[in-house]
Amino acid sequence: MLTFEYFLQQLVTGLANGMLITLVAIGYTLVYGIVEMINFAHGDVFMLGAFSSVTTLQALGAQAVKRVANKDQPPIPETYLWLVVALITSMVFCATLNVLIERLAYRRLRRGSRMAPLISAIGVSFILQNVGIYWKGVSPINFPRYIPQIDLVKAFGIDSFVRVTTKDVFVFVVTVPLVIALTLFIQRTKLGKAMRATAQDRDAAQLMGIDINRTIALTFLLGGALAGAAGLVSGLYNNTAGFQMGFSYGLNSFTAAVLGGIGNLNGAMLGGVFIGILGAMSDGYLDARWTPVVIFGTLNLVLIIRPSGILGQDLAERA
Amino acid sequence: MDKIAPKSRRTLLKTVTAVAGAVAGTSLPTLASAAPAAQGAEVIKIISSLPLTGPSYGQSISVVNAIRMAIEEAGRKAGNYFIEYEALDDATAAAAKWMAEKEAENANKALNDPDTMVYIGTMNSGAAKVSIPILNQANLVMISPANTYPGLTKPGKGEANEPDVYYPSGSRNYTRVVPADDLQGAVGANWAKKLGAKTAYVIDDTELYGKGIADVFVATAEKIGIKLVGRSGIDGKASDYRAVATNVRALKPDAVYFGGITDNNAAKVLKDLRDGGFEGSFIGPDGIFDTTFLKTAGDAAEGAYCTFGGVAVSAYEGSAKEFAEKYKAAYGADPEAYAIYGYEAAKVALAAIAAAGVKDRTKIRDAVFATKDFKGILGTWSFDANGDTSVTTMSVSIAARLADGTLSWEKVEILTAG
Repeated sequence: MLTFEYFLQQLVTGLANGMLITLVAIGYTLVYGIVEMINFAHGDVFMLGAFSSVTTLQALGAQAVKRVANKDQPPIPETYLWLVVALITSMVFCATLNVLIERLAYRRLRRGSRMAPLISAIGVSFILQNVGIYWKGVSPINFPRYIPQIDLVKAFGIDSFVRVTTKDVFVFVVTVPLVIALTLFIQRTKLGKAMRATAQDRDAAQLMGIDINRTIALTFLLGGALAGAAGLVSGLYNNTAGFQMGFSYGLNSFTAAVLGGIGNLNGAMLGGVFIGILGAMSDGYLDARWTPVVIFGTLNLVLIIRPSGILGQDLAERA
Repeated sequence: MDKIAPKSRRTLLKTVTAVAGAVAGTSLPTLASAAPAAQGAEVIKIISSLPLTGPSYGQSISVVNAIRMAIEEAGRKAGNYFIEYEALDDATAAAAKWMAEKEAENANKALNDPDTMVYIGTMNSGAAKVSIPILNQANLVMISPANTYPGLTKPGKGEANEPDVYYPSGSRNYTRVVPADDLQGAVGANWAKKLGAKTAYVIDDTELYGKGIADVFVATAEKIGIKLVGRSGIDGKASDYRAVATNVRALKPDAVYFGGITDNNAAKVLKDLRDGGFEGSFIGPDGIFDTTFLKTAGDAAEGAYCTFGGVAVSAYEGSAKEFAEKYKAAYGADPEAYAIYGYEAAKVALAAIAAAGVKDRTKIRDAVFATKDFKGILGTWSFDANGDTSVTTMSVSIAARLADGTLSWEKVEILTAG
């Protein structure tokens, strides 16, 4: 069990999970960076993203992967098109939803006490969970297999215990470009500059002529879109979806964001990948029942030793 | 605007009424079955406590329907008493499964209602652990249609302080009409052996029931020569079990035994195992013996085995078959696996109330425990001093694809556990 190949296999699982966590964690960290609130409803937006993806794919009549002789067959070309459509639909759906939530539940509370939007966020989280229950029921649902699972290591003719499947690769193919695009957007564009300025000093930014409401709405839009993408990818990768998935993913992602230094984009990525790998290693080398203890124990340690998180120095600038 | 207002208000009122109606409609099973306004005769109430919210809903509502059927068939009467029935829910939407707080609330409700003489429940052994001691204070008898954890009744089969820890008054008040897991876990291991398994990997959901039955499986497996190559406990809320699947792939066991329930992600565990390349046999206990498991697992479920303290509905014979037909006529669907036990539990309760002849919790409890050579739908059976049934029929079912493409649990074999 303690072979290097076994370690590599857990690493692959951890990295794929970590990328998914990163996508959701970015939503937490973007919002925190700009309005200094934890958007507790974010995980549930992600959950509704998974639900909307499965609904879209079924409505489009996408065909699930067929298995012949215990081997997944490559999907018909149409499926790829439907997957892209579902990705865009889910991103647009979650982005719109997130902007609406900000407009209806948070904006008016922005100047109030810090607790007000936080409690409002918990309320929105309950509402979204119940929408989820109404939509797909309380039992976890089967997310059909639209992505075939083909072992690429074997396909290249290497005989190894490690399997990197098309499903693992799919997670990276969607998540990595999205994360890069977001980083470029924030660093290189005018709107991204406005976001950074608002995060640094909201009042000064307003005096410089930045539309604060629009900039904050944009932040929720971006976070929501990434959650929507994560919803689809998670459904295709895990093949289940349920109204509670927002809670478990949300908790892990929130932990990742805090661990990396909440408000810091690179921190969310680092934290996401770290939590993913930590979880997989704990599952593999300890026992799955200890994984929550390991993850939250690490979070506690980081908060004690370095309260601002691993890359949290950016926060000091604002304090 | 003024002219429009009254109309729109009426529309709103209509909507509200419709919504209220819909809500009342969905919660109907938790309402009392309309008892006749008892003139002259006294009322005795039977309460059931089962998870009516969450993946267990299908199974639980089937049990509730069967209890109601048994009471209706008896003309809502037992001896000189009118019988009232109320179905309580011990699950919450937020948890999507049973909750200890909710079960305690239900037990206290029954305890504090002077008319309640019998408590039919629970579905989950962990929930019984909560309600037995509460009801024990008043000798209020419990009849469970589904609990299978041995430690609830049998000394030496659970933890050291079990089962006495559940009975603070010193006398027993808990019975069950299903055979316990010390039989079922053993049947699971024997089945693995019969399938030719030499090695096994055990996964449990760390709950009382799941871990308990997995322990029995492990103990039996070692005795009959199946080597345990690994064991994991899982978090029922985790998003995936790939790491566990990797363990299984590394250890290449012939069989995987899952001790746990559908509500704790059993279907996802099986999916990840199959995705991870596990091609051996998957065996689970009655905790996954429902249609929700099959639906959620999809293709991965095909070929999975499941043990059950009783017989699959598709294999009913004689009076059990009649029951299934009557049930289908009344409720428009086949009963789930535990419905027949709900029916039997209600029959035992009615017989005990009639035999006791008085509205007294202690006397009715004694009458339930005195159930001997009861000619029920499960055969002729008795309760022993622990409150366990003498029935030992066990069966193994397989998840098979029917001609119409749906998955169903089909009988493979019926065994009598010794």
